[in-house]
Amino acid sequence: MTDTAQQRDWSRPAATAIPKEGYLKLEQGRYGPLYPRTPACHGFTIIAKVKPGREQAVRDYGKSIEAAVAGDPHCLEVLKLHYLRWVLFEIKGDTYFMYQGIFDTDFDKYTEDAVALFSKTGITTVFVNLEGFPEDWRTNVPAFIKFVRDHQRPSFLEYGEYPWVSADEIKKALRVKAALSDMLDQMQ
Amino acid sequence: MLAFDDIQHILLTRVPALTGRYEFLSFRNAAAGRAWVAAIREKVQSAQQARASVETNKRWVSVAFTWNGLRALGLNVASLATFPEEFRQGMTARAEILGDTGANHPDTWVGGLASPELHAIVILFARDAVERERSRSEHQKLIAQLNGVTVLSSLDLEATPPFDYAHDHFGYRDRLSQPIIEGSGEEPTPGSGAPLKPGEFILGYPDEDGPPANLPQPEILSRNGSYMAYRRLQEHVGAFRDFLRQHGRTPEEQELVAAKLMGRWRSGAPLVLAPDKDDPALGADMQRNNDFNYKEMDPHGYAVPLGSHCRRMNPRDTAANMNRRRMIRRGATYGTHLPDDASEDGVERGIAAFVICASLIRQFEFAQNVWANDKNFHELGNERDPIIGNQDGTLEYKIPKRPIRKKITGLPAFTRARGGAYFFLPGLKALRYLATLGDGRQS
Repeated sequence: MTDTAQQRDWSRPAATAIPKEGYLKLEQGRYGPLYPRTPACHGFTIIAKVKPGREQAVRDYGKSIEAAVAGDPHCLEVLKLHYLRWVLFEIKGDTYFMYQGIFDTDFDKYTEDAVALFSKTGITTVFVNLEGFPEDWRTNVPAFIKFVRDHQRPSFLEYGEYPWVSADEIKKALRVKAALSDMLDQMQ
Repeated sequence: MLAFDDIQHILLTRVPALTGRYEFLSFRNAAAGRAWVAAIREKVQSAQQARASVETNKRWVSVAFTWNGLRALGLNVASLATFPEEFRQGMTARAEILGDTGANHPDTWVGGLASPELHAIVILFARDAVERERSRSEHQKLIAQLNGVTVLSSLDLEATPPFDYAHDHFGYRDRLSQPIIEGSGEEPTPGSGAPLKPGEFILGYPDEDGPPANLPQPEILSRNGSYMAYRRLQEHVGAFRDFLRQHGRTPEEQELVAAKLMGRWRSGAPLVLAPDKDDPALGADMQRNNDFNYKEMDPHGYAVPLGSHCRRMNPRDTAANMNRRRMIRRGATYGTHLPDDASEDGVERGIAAFVICASLIRQFEFAQNVWANDKNFHELGNERDPIIGNQDGTLEYKIPKRPIRKKITGLPAFTRARGGAYFFLPGLKALRYLATLGDGRQS
């Protein structure tokens, strides 16, 4: 799904239905099958049960991430994110956490960088409040990945109004627009 | 403090060898395999021994084992299970991840390297051909005495002329950017960054992330060893030279094309510091030839294209956690030199190299999978490493230039993987342990 032709066709909205197993074509990455890139980029929807009594701890980390990004706007740069959504919800009295991220790189490719960043910014501190999160996550990247994969719920439909476009390309386009309008200002 | 007397010399030293030989072995039975380990162990120098006698020694020996080899020696199941999964699977099983598809597929490899019968490698670096022949014959006698060790294949190494500096068959100067290990006694050259924690390369020491973890067991195997990815990479010298002629009208233009593919002039001079004209004195000056970065000095790739080999294999300040991705490279060229005025003669020549690191998946496989073969590295869209990436003639190569970049389409493959394997490089005490397996010390 990374063919250039598709990448360039940003002007034509596109949708992709994804089979139940979560990928369109079985392709091995270093830590298992690669998840697909769709018109809505790469993404994760990780859903896991919060340990009893830890809901507030998870919620509080929303504030921590807000502060971390305010302090260093580029602190999550490694993840190549478009959007991040964290949701807490209840099913039959249990609290569940949903980590939904839309990003531009195959998670498998930069896994270790992501784990390092999660450690640095406290995202892992959220994860340790989830049931089944490996206690040796700091030194055991494969166990960390396994947790993520076990709790990943693949989409069965993804849609992009401006498909196949990376956050960097969007930022480039906006910079060109700003530069053009600056140029026009100079010509008044 | 590094245990210099227990670490195999190849991990820490570069020896003045102009020739050498690799032999790939199979153990038909465990007793013969262990007898071989016991005998060869006497020839394997530690880093300490190699350093003390580097001026007088004429040959240097290293040995390493595949996971199948450790099993063939009789290492028990519990211990075998403590090795990392990628090593247990072996390089052939990881082919798709490494870009070993199409013409590079393990099915096409030579020398029995893709076979589960590959158990060990013995690496000989020799000062000259006479010494190599003497060592070869000595090893042949040893093998003949042991009933049950066979040589699957071998590869003779040859430096390519001119011999006064290390370079590959394409003519690129090599050994310019090597990580330095803390406590090794070596000093990094300017621009090479601070020394790295030994655990990045040697098992049993703290790494850049903290204390070591997930080491092979028993403990004797967890100290002073490492992992080695072997790559036999054929270099298509004729095709490479044709390409330069096709894209450059004058010798100067051709040199620039060669430099743009690599990120350095063939002299070794970095394009960041010498963007328009080669500077051989700079290339040869270790105090200056690595002293540059990309983020500040060349963010758009006007000097060094974003997809060039150097920029992919060591993105310096443009990648996260670089200290967790470094690798030690050892090895040599093989095959005869193709004279400058000769056309392609069809003879196989190339580089036969080792990447040494504490984690194959985090260091070597990452470099192959992402840096060399991610088509979208640095948002490039449709490129792979022009030198070692998997090229099938459908990809492109972009050379940033004002006002308009140059785009080469249908880049040919200049190299082809002809073999490879994952090896465990034990410390010397661990070698002795492996030689004595089955002596009642193990269940």
